[in-house]
Amino acid sequence: MSKLSRLQSQATPWLLLLPAAVLLATFTHIPAVTTFINSFYTTPRGARPARFVGVEQYQSMLADPVFLAALKNNAIYALGTVPLAIGLSLLMAIIVNSSIRGRALLRMSFFLPTVLPMIAVANIWLFFYTPGYGLFDQILANFGFSSTNWLGSPNTALPSLMLLGIWKEAGFFMIFYLAALQQISPSLAEAAALEGASRWYYFRRIVFPLLMPTTLFVLVNALINSFRLIDHVIVMTRGGPDNASTLLLYYIYNTAFRFWDTAYASALTMVLLAALAAFSFIQFGILDRKVHYK
Amino acid sequence: MSTIALPHQERGASFWRLVELVGCYVLGLLWIMPLLYAVWMAIHPPEYEVRFDLFAPLTLDNFIAAWSAAPFARYFFNTFVLISVILVAQFVICTLAAYAFARYEFKGKTVIFMLILLQLMVMPEVLLVENYRTMVRLGLVDTVLAMGLPYMASAFGIFLLRQAFLTVPKELDDAARVEGAGSVGVLLRVYVPLARPVYVAYGLVSVSYHWNNLLWPLVITNSVSTRPLTVGLQVFASPDQGVQWSIISAAALMTSAPLLIAFLLFQRQFVQSFMRAGIK
Repeated sequence: MSKLSRLQSQATPWLLLLPAAVLLATFTHIPAVTTFINSFYTTPRGARPARFVGVEQYQSMLADPVFLAALKNNAIYALGTVPLAIGLSLLMAIIVNSSIRGRALLRMSFFLPTVLPMIAVANIWLFFYTPGYGLFDQILANFGFSSTNWLGSPNTALPSLMLLGIWKEAGFFMIFYLAALQQISPSLAEAAALEGASRWYYFRRIVFPLLMPTTLFVLVNALINSFRLIDHVIVMTRGGPDNASTLLLYYIYNTAFRFWDTAYASALTMVLLAALAAFSFIQFGILDRKVHYK
Repeated sequence: MSTIALPHQERGASFWRLVELVGCYVLGLLWIMPLLYAVWMAIHPPEYEVRFDLFAPLTLDNFIAAWSAAPFARYFFNTFVLISVILVAQFVICTLAAYAFARYEFKGKTVIFMLILLQLMVMPEVLLVENYRTMVRLGLVDTVLAMGLPYMASAFGIFLLRQAFLTVPKELDDAARVEGAGSVGVLLRVYVPLARPVYVAYGLVSVSYHWNNLLWPLVITNSVSTRPLTVGLQVFASPDQGVQWSIISAAALMTSAPLLIAFLLFQRQFVQSFMRAGIK
């Protein structure tokens, strides 16, 4: 190989990577770093440039009731929706993977909410939650319940969003479980049956452990989504009433684009990034070692 | 291989079997109900919103009213342009990067790959404050390009295609090179054709993601000429507008219709594509 062609072949991978690297750096890595830097400054306003204030933004965050509410709501939202959505999605996958009649229809009904835009289904669900008139109140009226202002009262606003979230996401995770179930050899079920193992035992000792990598993958994705998806908050409650349903990203969006306090929004974004980093740490760090499969 | 039907189940358990079966169908019905209800509202006059009558008159008025109440034709066009631009750019950019990772050795390969995978966790909408600022600096606010640019280099796409390229036998690569094909020639003639199913899978996932995406387009657009369907629907259906529910339902179904119809027609491929995209 001549010197020139060797140089060429060394340059090739870098040239191939160039477009992706430039774009990723511009919209992921550099903004992540500048977010970190800006969180130590004030928001520049008019003629007043940004001023270094150290950890002041973070200090005011700790004293900010809306931030604390958003953080708490997001934790409740994640803890409430993620396990339920995962459990349901596993159940759905098992149903759809069985020999039940009308499998294709069931699969469609489980998966359909996933394909549709959150904004579209949130608008439809907005009607379901209408006090007195909507679907939920109509059904509950049959059982003697009076009308409830589902999205308008602090106790029910967040759970209402969570219900929609579970309905929307479960079918998506079902697909991953379905793929994993189809990889399990049928001879395992036969062997378990020959040994007289109960179905529950077979599920608990064989299927569930084999699905562990999928569960881990789904868990991390579900957690990330619970901090990333706020379309339904925008449509249904706008964080209200009285911040009872504010989620972290929604608060960031509001701070940045309604109050134009970009420095404070940067500090808030750092909290979101820390949460996301923690979730992927689950994947790469702790759980990966405990998941055993062949 | 189903856990529902292990062969050794006794006949005595047939009652519980029935309960189980009914449970499965109830769950299915429960899941589809919101959509069936939306369809009901959309194809009947508003007075049937909460009245169920099998012989209620059918109508398309709600769709017509929604269509004429907002520039949906323009929104459809904008969404179509957006997803096409993103898809083409993603295919090109991710293919090149995936090829570099699958077939070349270079310094810092692992570190760069990890840095790219970071985007799986930190999606562009998470950094919307800084990304908005970048777009202001580039003078791109309220353009289709601004909506698409942050998504064009997708870690997910690079990862998926790299996995596909890694399974291509080295012999095929060598054979093409012996015949005088250059790096790009080998990529186009050997790798890309063999990874076709992966492109289909990734394409479907990408199209449905960007058809449904709201937050970033909402932030970066502010005019009818750039807004995609999701943002248009959000503007149209804001609660203070006082639009009738049946019309909102019609609009919501209308904006999802192309995806919905495509899904119903290609259900098998859709599900399989999502499955393929999910398997690591």
